[in-house]
Amino acid sequence: MSLTPPSERLWWKEPIERVELLWVGLALLWALIMFVMMPYWHIYGKQNLSNEAYRTTPEQFSKKVDAMVEKYTVRKETARGYPVVAPPAGSDVYLLGRLWEWYPILELEKGKKYRLHLSSMDWQHGFSLQPENINVQVIPGYEMVITVTPNKTGEFAIVCNEYCGINHHQMLGRIYVK
Amino acid sequence: MANTAEFRTCPDTGLQFHRPAETLMKLNAVAGVVFLLLGGVLALLLGLTRWPKYHLLGAEPFYMFLTAHGINVLIFWIIFFEIAVLYFTSSTLLKCRLATPRWAWLGFILMVVGSVTTNVAVFQGNSSVMMTSYVPMSAEPAFYLGLILFAVGALIGCFVFLGTLVIARAERTYGDGSIPLVTFGALTACIIAIFTIASGAIILIPTLLWKLGLVSHIDPLMYRVIWWAFGHSSQQINVAAHIAVWYAIAAVVFGAKPLSEKVSRMAFLLYILFLQLASAHHILVDPGVSSEWKIFNTSYAMYLAVMASMIHGLTVPGAIEAAQRKRGFNKGLFEWLRKAPWSNPSFSGMFLSLLIFGFLGGISGVVMGTEQINIIIHNTLYVPGHFHATVVGGTTLAFMALTYWLVPVLFRRDIVLPKLASWQPYLFGIGMTGFSLFMMGAGTLGIPRRHWDISFSGALLNHQFPETAYLLLGLVGISTILAVLGGGLFVLQIVASILFGKRRGEVKSAVPIIAAPVADGLKGIGIGGVAVPGTLVLALVFLISFVLYYFVNWKYLSQVWGLS
Ligand code: HEM
Ligand SMILES: [Cu+2]
Ligand SMILES: [Cu+2]
Repeated sequence: MSLTPPSERLWWKEPIERVELLWVGLALLWALIMFVMMPYWHIYGKQNLSNEAYRTTPEQFSKKVDAMVEKYTVRKETARGYPVVAPPAGSDVYLLGRLWEWYPILELEKGKKYRLHLSSMDWQHGFSLQPENINVQVIPGYEMVITVTPNKTGEFAIVCNEYCGINHHQMLGRIYVK
Repeated sequence: MANTAEFRTCPDTGLQFHRPAETLMKLNAVAGVVFLLLGGVLALLLGLTRWPKYHLLGAEPFYMFLTAHGINVLIFWIIFFEIAVLYFTSSTLLKCRLATPRWAWLGFILMVVGSVTTNVAVFQGNSSVMMTSYVPMSAEPAFYLGLILFAVGALIGCFVFLGTLVIARAERTYGDGSIPLVTFGALTACIIAIFTIASGAIILIPTLLWKLGLVSHIDPLMYRVIWWAFGHSSQQINVAAHIAVWYAIAAVVFGAKPLSEKVSRMAFLLYILFLQLASAHHILVDPGVSSEWKIFNTSYAMYLAVMASMIHGLTVPGAIEAAQRKRGFNKGLFEWLRKAPWSNPSFSGMFLSLLIFGFLGGISGVVMGTEQINIIIHNTLYVPGHFHATVVGGTTLAFMALTYWLVPVLFRRDIVLPKLASWQPYLFGIGMTGFSLFMMGAGTLGIPRRHWDISFSGALLNHQFPETAYLLLGLVGISTILAVLGGGLFVLQIVASILFGKRRGEVKSAVPIIAAPVADGLKGIGIGGVAVPGTLVLALVFLISFVLYYFVNWKYLSQVWGLS
């Protein structure tokens, strides 16, 4: 039994049970398929995170955000007067996370590509686009670039899903897609 | 054997206990249960807070208790119990004295001091940083210090285990063959633990120094990479440990032998070889980490650690089936399973652990650990849904099952209220199954983890999650109550049995608590030359569920915004 030393001293010479052999074979095959799926999706799939990322600082990054806000703000919303920014298709779009908001509000067009830059001004945050459920980790000091192509119109929320202190639950952002 | 007066032979099992080792096993196991109790009370409060209808706690206690819950159950309960398992599988199973009991005591004391220190820090309120303590958020120095002390203590325990193995080999206490399979599994866990604790030290010590102002900066991405080398591999310790426990229970309940030693041992070995160093599957959506590295590190090109778990998933029930068939339950596909002792909590707990770990925890874990699929799951409630299936439904339930057997053997006491005990694994197992499934469901609808209020009260902007998500969270709440009742019942019964259970005395009792080993070989059992057809069918059902669920998730992924 498994609590005592093997009854067959030369256990490594025993033949393997057939069911076991079959199962090891099936498991290995399945493991290989699962491995192949990941590179396959990089080639044929439409949802892959790019590996584009840069080191940055809160000052550098917020400068880029401010420049974009200055240029492309189309209106203001909410009591705080959040700028709603509508950058041209194909351009670089900057979104920052800080305690406890995503800034600014973005307005994009369906079917167009945008280079979305994400970074944090303070602690780690979680970019969680709802109801799409696209989730990306946002880390201070790093600027991540993802090319997004919205495929539906409507109003999307950005929830924060990395714990970032006491008002974590108030941290929201918004993206409109026209 | 050094000094026979230091040994006690259990009249029921024939196992030989080295007395100093026995005391340490008891202490470590009891300490573990104390932390499980603490974590369980917190779990109830957390579960009732995430139930939107009750939303019990305020934000501050919620995050504080969440930090405490994660640390107390995932780290303290499990590791204390694992140290007891290490001493049992080395000293007791090899009939050997424990190496350096003094060092083992030191390890135990460090673990107690460490766990108390961290708890004090958390409950003082300035360390609500979650167990992951991602920088640049910071806790009080005592928070890190306690964890470091605890880790040093656990490391000492690992070396005591290895030392005992060395002595046993040198003194040939178990003959001159190989160590038992269960001890081999524990050795796997121990080797992984040493690597794990080293990673923990590499990241927690600089973080403590940073908090004390002696180091100026800790890179948050580097922190995540190394922290998860510790956080992930510690889960591999749990897997190796609870699979060793499955084999042990199959042996004591059925006298089962592995179908073949070679395959089972090779599967343990794969855990060590294919442990994901600096585990990537926790940083799949992080900036600055390349896809090549993520793909390679999560799979090492062929997911051999996953394959190893799939092998154990076949060989453990296969060993049970073979034993049952040899005992005469050889009819049809499933007579062996129908006639299993379903009212013995050691067996039912172990078998539920196998099912929950495999079907819920295993499948969900591999799916969300896929580079691209992780995008639609990362940091949602799906994640705690997954790991409660692995570490609670799997590891914790397996440890509970073993405890029902250990109390009579180690403490020489009967389990009080055996009827109730036979219900406990079902209550806990079903509660945890619901809890995990409904959390995963809520996660697929976008509900975030570690989140106090999904109605976003006080926020300037707003978002309305779908009604279904609220329904699922209500079901999570109901499952919480079931699981906490089940867990509470366990703690109550074990404590009551140790204190008030009927003494078994030093004579062999009429009801045996260990089965005689079945004969070798697989001749003459099974159907049409297949020795374990029932297990094969179960395994195929598992594989089909796995394949379907895996591709369903690719389908979900293909429907979201294009990302490149
Ligand atoms: C009755 C049993 C249990 C219940 C009802 C329960 C409930 C919960 C709840 C509601 C959360 C918070 C999820 C969130 O908001 O993100 C949580 C987190 C967690 N639980 Fe449990 N739990 C139980 C047992 C356990 C056990 C036995 C373990 C470990 C062995 C465990 C490990 C964890 C961990 C690691 C976390 C994550 C903490 C974090 O996010 O930092 N739980 N649990
Ligand atoms: Cu947050
Ligand atoms: Cu992991």
